[in-house]
Amino acid sequence: MTEIFGVPTQALFGQLLIGLINGSFYALLSLGLAVIFGLLNIINFTHGAQYMLGAFCAYFLLNKLGVGYWWSLLLAPLVVGAFGMLIERTMLKHLYKLDHLYGLLLTFGLALVIQGLFRHQFGSSGLPYPIPQELTGSRNLGFMFLPNYRAWVIVASLAMCLATWFVIEKTRLGAYLRAATENPALVQAFGINVPRMIMLTYGFGVALATFAGVMAAPIYQVNPLMGADMIIVVFAVVVIGGMGSIMGSIVTGFGLGVVEGLTKVFYPEASNTVIFIIMAIVLLIKPAGLFGTQR
Amino acid sequence: MRHQRIAFVVMVAFFAAVPLLVYPVFMMKVMCFALFACAFNLLIGFGGLLSFGHAMFLGTAGYITAHAAKEWGLAPELAILLGTAAAFGLGVVTGLLAIRRQGIYFAMITLALAQMIYFFYLQAPFTHGEDGIQAVPRGRLFGFIDLSNITVMYYTVFTVFIAGFLLIWRVIHSPFGQVLKAIRENEARAISLGYDTTHYKFMAFVLSATLAGLAGATKALVFQLASLTDVHWTMSGEVVLMTLLGGLGTIFGPVVGALVIITMENYLAQLGAWVTIVQGIIFVVCVLTFRRGVVGEIAHFIKKTL
Repeated sequence: MTEIFGVPTQALFGQLLIGLINGSFYALLSLGLAVIFGLLNIINFTHGAQYMLGAFCAYFLLNKLGVGYWWSLLLAPLVVGAFGMLIERTMLKHLYKLDHLYGLLLTFGLALVIQGLFRHQFGSSGLPYPIPQELTGSRNLGFMFLPNYRAWVIVASLAMCLATWFVIEKTRLGAYLRAATENPALVQAFGINVPRMIMLTYGFGVALATFAGVMAAPIYQVNPLMGADMIIVVFAVVVIGGMGSIMGSIVTGFGLGVVEGLTKVFYPEASNTVIFIIMAIVLLIKPAGLFGTQR
Repeated sequence: MRHQRIAFVVMVAFFAAVPLLVYPVFMMKVMCFALFACAFNLLIGFGGLLSFGHAMFLGTAGYITAHAAKEWGLAPELAILLGTAAAFGLGVVTGLLAIRRQGIYFAMITLALAQMIYFFYLQAPFTHGEDGIQAVPRGRLFGFIDLSNITVMYYTVFTVFIAGFLLIWRVIHSPFGQVLKAIRENEARAISLGYDTTHYKFMAFVLSATLAGLAGATKALVFQLASLTDVHWTMSGEVVLMTLLGGLGTIFGPVVGALVIITMENYLAQLGAWVTIVQGIIFVVCVLTFRRGVVGEIAHFIKKTL
């Protein structure tokens, strides 16, 4: 068996893969947070709960309606995204003129309600969700076995992140969005329906989290609290990357996932905390975040 | 000022007399959380800084006090002092980091730092993980006051709570407190007037952390227990809820908030997840319709500050 720095390569690449998987979810979630924050000026604490809702939505679709993984990947983000838009229209809408902190408090409260309801109904133990038929098995890469489903998760998240980046940075729709982030009143004066854009943006951010949740269902079990701790790590990721840049969120998300994976190999005791330690260091050196601008 | 004094006398009378009627351990819990919430309120209500990680100070002080009293056999007053000092130290370190960002980022940073501390205590051997530090001896205060007597313990906690409350009250009305309020209202203007706002915010953060620690240290002796519950993010959320419900930036609000929330939890405790659900609903309702909180609404109604 070959070794690198005294660690078997099997273990190293295995953890690297887990790191990339986690990184995929960090990237998707922090991207969603950044998109929402850009336009709504609200930190969406419900994001973790919405990620969890994605996994549960897939679970219900499979077990109650017999709808498989691939349709869930499309339907769950639509359903939960619509639910998100409902929240935006009925609650968040009233907070835009207030201090940003109220948005955080409201979405925190919503997360408690959603997670509490699911915990009441399903307990804290996880429910299983099978890997889709087409992606079972794994392939031998020579230096490691790569499970097909995990390869798919990494590729799909990366594709989704890049597509989001492309839409926001390179299309006309994205240009409206960026303009509205800078100055909503002016954009509205040009005849663009900004409130509707805000609603759709929130729905889209939520859909990204849901998409991550559906993909996470076969890897982690479907659990009411699966998003609760995740969201705190994602907050740290957001602080490290800074929310100014879309590409920054993607790179930071994947990068920190890998760092976390490597820590599990070389110093497992710190694997839970390494992202927070990096956050502290980044705050000391570059308070605005690696890709952020201070404001 | 006069109505604040009246409210204060009412509060003192209430807490002094109530153990005659209610189970004293329950009221001690209320007072510990009331002090915790008052400390938290000093930061958000008067400094405008939302910390989402205040559980780390409550929990740290609890663990250190429990460990000092049980393993080192320190007297209760020294154990509490040591626990509070630990919270002070942690407040200095985390304050220096968190104060580097504003507003929403500040909340996220404190939450993340608190989560790091949580994982530290989860893994550190001296905390005994999920079990916590149990059967902490209350000991004898100053060598001759036996704290195992419930009435004596009650009035010790009462004294700590009132002393902490008075300190916060004094700080709020001091020139330092006035500058904090100025920063909350308009930071740019405070800077232009020559105040080093970062320094003021840092001081407020450390003071708030220390007093939260005092609450945690006392709580550890009351329940003779230090556990992971007190460092978990749900605890950080709970103190936000108490303060929000009672009234952000009011002097008596956090006390009322703590009383209501602890009472609510007491009645819903058997229902498991319902505690979380009800807490969440209170958050949503408060933010949407009741942003002044209970005491804030009363103060608004009588057009006085409370």
